[in-house]
Formats: sequence, structure tokens, C-alpha cells
Amino acid sequence: MIEVKDVYFTYPNGVEALSGVSLTIRNGDFVAVMGQNGAGKTTLVKQFNGLLKPTKGEVLVDGVKTRETSIASLARKVGFVFQNPDHQLFCETVEEEIAFGLRNFGFDQKTIKRRVTWALNLLGLTEYRQTSPFMLSGGERKRVALASVLAWNPKVVILDEPTIGQDHQQKEKLRQFIVQLNAQGKTVVVVTHDVEFVAECNPRVVLMSRGKIVADGTAEKILTDHDLTVQASITPPQVTRIFVGLADLGLPTNVIDVYEARRILLDFLGAKAK
Amino acid sequence: MSVFEGFRFRTVTSPIHMLDPRVKFFFVIVIFVMAILFGQLLPLLFLFLVQIPIVFAAGVQRQWARSMKGAMFLAALIFLFNFAFTYFFTEYPRLPSGPLIEYSFAMTLRFLVLVESFSIFFLTTSPDRLGLALEQSHVPYEFCFAFTTAVRFVPVLAEEAQTIMDAQKARGLELERGNFIRKVRNYIPILIPLIVSAIRRSLELAEAMESRAWGATEKRTNLYVLKLKRADYVLAVVSVLALVFAVYVWLYIPIPSLSTLLRGS
Repeated sequence: MIEVKDVYFTYPNGVEALSGVSLTIRNGDFVAVMGQNGAGKTTLVKQFNGLLKPTKGEVLVDGVKTRETSIASLARKVGFVFQNPDHQLFCETVEEEIAFGLRNFGFDQKTIKRRVTWALNLLGLTEYRQTSPFMLSGGERKRVALASVLAWNPKVVILDEPTIGQDHQQKEKLRQFIVQLNAQGKTVVVVTHDVEFVAECNPRVVLMSRGKIVADGTAEKILTDHDLTVQASITPPQVTRIFVGLADLGLPTNVIDVYEARRILLDFLGAKAK
Repeated sequence: MSVFEGFRFRTVTSPIHMLDPRVKFFFVIVIFVMAILFGQLLPLLFLFLVQIPIVFAAGVQRQWARSMKGAMFLAALIFLFNFAFTYFFTEYPRLPSGPLIEYSFAMTLRFLVLVESFSIFFLTTSPDRLGLALEQSHVPYEFCFAFTTAVRFVPVLAEEAQTIMDAQKARGLELERGNFIRKVRNYIPILIPLIVSAIRRSLELAEAMESRAWGATEKRTNLYVLKLKRADYVLAVVSVLALVFAVYVWLYIPIPSLSTLLRGS
């Protein structure tokens, strides 16, 4: 469980990125942190594993204050996958890359081998075991980065902009993967701009604007709220925009799921035909 | 990363910022020469103090203080080395006495004077104007461009290094763990991604330049042209006079050391 209590954060250059944020993420939650550039999304999630420590207020991970513990011991619980895999890949082989974190956390050789095999398998990277991570495509590198974090089986997984630069098919795979992780009881936090992706995942959404949380609720509630989306300058999902456009026909405007939309439309047309 | 902060240019205007970079650079060179000429504490102290009003006139005291703080580690090292080496390895070992401390301190101050003058120069000269100054000094444009690009990318690289450090710390890397060798090895996971991305970025930059017809014409023209103003002439004359005076003092006037002065009184 992660508790953020009235946290303020000011960067050394004087920019206040968080101004009074309170948030509780329970075990097994699936949270999407959304908001425009510079809203403080990444700054907020970096508080979760102690990369940044609050200037005022406190962050507790499983009851432990982040200010009173090391990043390494927090990272064991809270895995953080950075936006750009090129910022972390450095080993000669994918296998070594995945083993890096495990070695840092002091796992023994046998466990490392077992966990690496498990992580490679999980993300469909087994064939690249001995390949250099620099030879892989962008999407594959992203998967290696993800595998290298999941390998130590953290309780919480934070993904910073996981969908950037991924084609539709990869995104869909990623979505299924995240949903599956969450179903297995992992807490998943996704930082993203990708409204369509969030609409398809339908998680709890934490909406940020100018260093504050402006809304916290289901994706359905927040992404279809006209005022909120304008305030945080996000475009509602395409399905929602269609339904907003059709509002005068008496259709609901709070639809984000494509399958639900199809059902509503078919019902509507069926009723018309009669 | 605080050392690199000195490279990050902020657009401020002050009389110091408005000076011609060429003249300003000449002034820095004069300070440099003077700092090398004199090895005694008093003139170096004077050189150090005389520049402080310039820092305040330019309004860059905060960034300047930060660069100086960044230089403190090296300064301490220089002090220790001078102290230890003159004590142990000279023909007539000097005891750790007033003069020895004064000498070591003077050497440290010499370094600080150099850092001070160069940081004033870089803090008050935008990379663009610097490139312009180089160009107008008939330095080939390729070199000017390489130079301004290098300066321009230092803060970008520093930021990137910070992100990489965060990413690796999030994977359990503890930079401060282990003995000296281990600590150096701890930086490998930071350096490799940093170098790879720098190379990648330079290739991308080259492509972007090609696509914007870099080097299409032999003779480039500039929107802005540097012109010497009255303040620039004043600074140039002051610099020349200071240099002449310094050489005169160096040749003909013995400089007392602080310890003899104190003993005399």
C-alpha cells in the first residue's frame, strides 16, 4: 500500500511540481495517472520508490516513510519501468540485462537463473536470451526493460508512458499483459497520455493538473466528464466523442468501452427498426 | 551535476552580458595571465576579490556560487597536494608552518581565480553570442558550430545522466556501495547508456543538419553582427593597462608574503 500525505515537492531549480497531493493506492489497485505535460505525473510516481523525496509531507510504502529508507530497499517492492528503455540498457546480452536487478538485490545464482528464464518467457523474449539488447527493435527493448524489472517480482509495478512508440498490436499485447499482472494481484500504476489506452484498460484514473490531483475515480467517470477533460487538456476517447455528438438522440454520453458502445448502438437501432 | 549548472545559460541582461564576448574573453585571458604570473597569496587574493563586484553587477551570484561550490572539492584536493608535496618531496622539507600554509593556499586560490573568471565569462555570454564571436574572429564555421553545439548539449547530457541514474537506482543499483574499485565499476551502468545515447543523438543531429542544407553555401551571413561599443573599448583598455601594470609589478616590485607582513607588525 502506498500512502501519499499532503506532499509538496520543489525541484532544486525552484519549480514546484507537486503542491499538496494526497493519494492512497491499495494493494491490487490498477491506477492510471493522467494529465498534461508538466502536471507532475512523473514527479508523483517517482515519490513512490524514493527516487524523489517530498519537500513537505510524507510518502509511506507499506507503512515505511520513504524519507527514512533507501531507494534500493524501496525498489525491491516498487518496480519502476522508465519511459525510454535506452536509459537503462547497458549489458552485452538480454539475459545479463535482466539479471542485473536480481544481482543488485542479492539473489543467489540459482534463483537468478530461474527468474531470468521466467521473465524471458513471460515477455516472449526467450529467443533473444543471448542477443545484445542494442540489436533489438524499439518495442523489444521496451519489453526487455519491463522484463528486467518484473524479474524480481515487485509488489507494485510503475510504468512511465508504456505505450509511446508502440504500434497498435504491441499496445494491445501490453494491455493484456498489464491486465493479467493486475489480475494476479500486482498493484499497477501507469503514467500515460494515451486516452484510448486508458479507455480500453478501464482502471482507476488519477487526473493531475499543475501539481495537484483534480480528480480521482473510474476511467468511465473521469474521461467522460467534459469539464475535467478540458481542465486537464485531454481529449476524451473517440467513442465518447461519438456519443457526445449523438447526445441529442437520447444516447448516454458516458461510454468509453467500444463493446458497450456497439451494444448500445445495436439496441438503439433495433428499437428504431421496430 | 551541480558543476554543469554553470553551463546552463539563462537569458538575463546586464551591462556585463551586453559586453562583446571577444573583449570579455580578452579580459578573462588577462586575469588568467596575471594569476599565472603571481604565485603569492596577496595578489591572488586581490584578483579573486576584484572579480566579485563583476559577479554582482551581472546578477549571476547564485549560479556563480554554485559553480564555486562545485569547484570546492578540486580546490581542497589542490590544497592538500601542494601542502603534502612541498612538505615531503622538496629538497629542503618545509615544516608545516605559516609560509607553507600560505603557499598552498595561494595555489588553491590561483585555481579558484581561474574558475571564477571563466565561470563569469560563461555565465554572462550566451552560447549563440559566443559562436558569433568565434565566427567573426574568422574561426572556420565548422569549428564554431562544433563548439556551440558542445556547449549547448552539456546541460542536456547532464539531465540525461540524471535520468539514467534514476533508472538504474530503480533497479537496485547503489552507487555508493563497496570499496573504491567497486564504486568506479558502479558507474558502468550509467556510462554505457549515456555514451550510446550521445552517439545516437549526434547521428540524429547530423541527419537533421544535412536535411537543412548545412554547408550549402561557402559564405554564411548572420542576422546579428557583433559591434564594439564604448563600454567594450573601456574594458579593453582597462585590461591592457592591468596587464602592463601586472608585468611591471612582477618585474620590479617585490611582493611581500602575508606571513612576513604579519611578523613585521
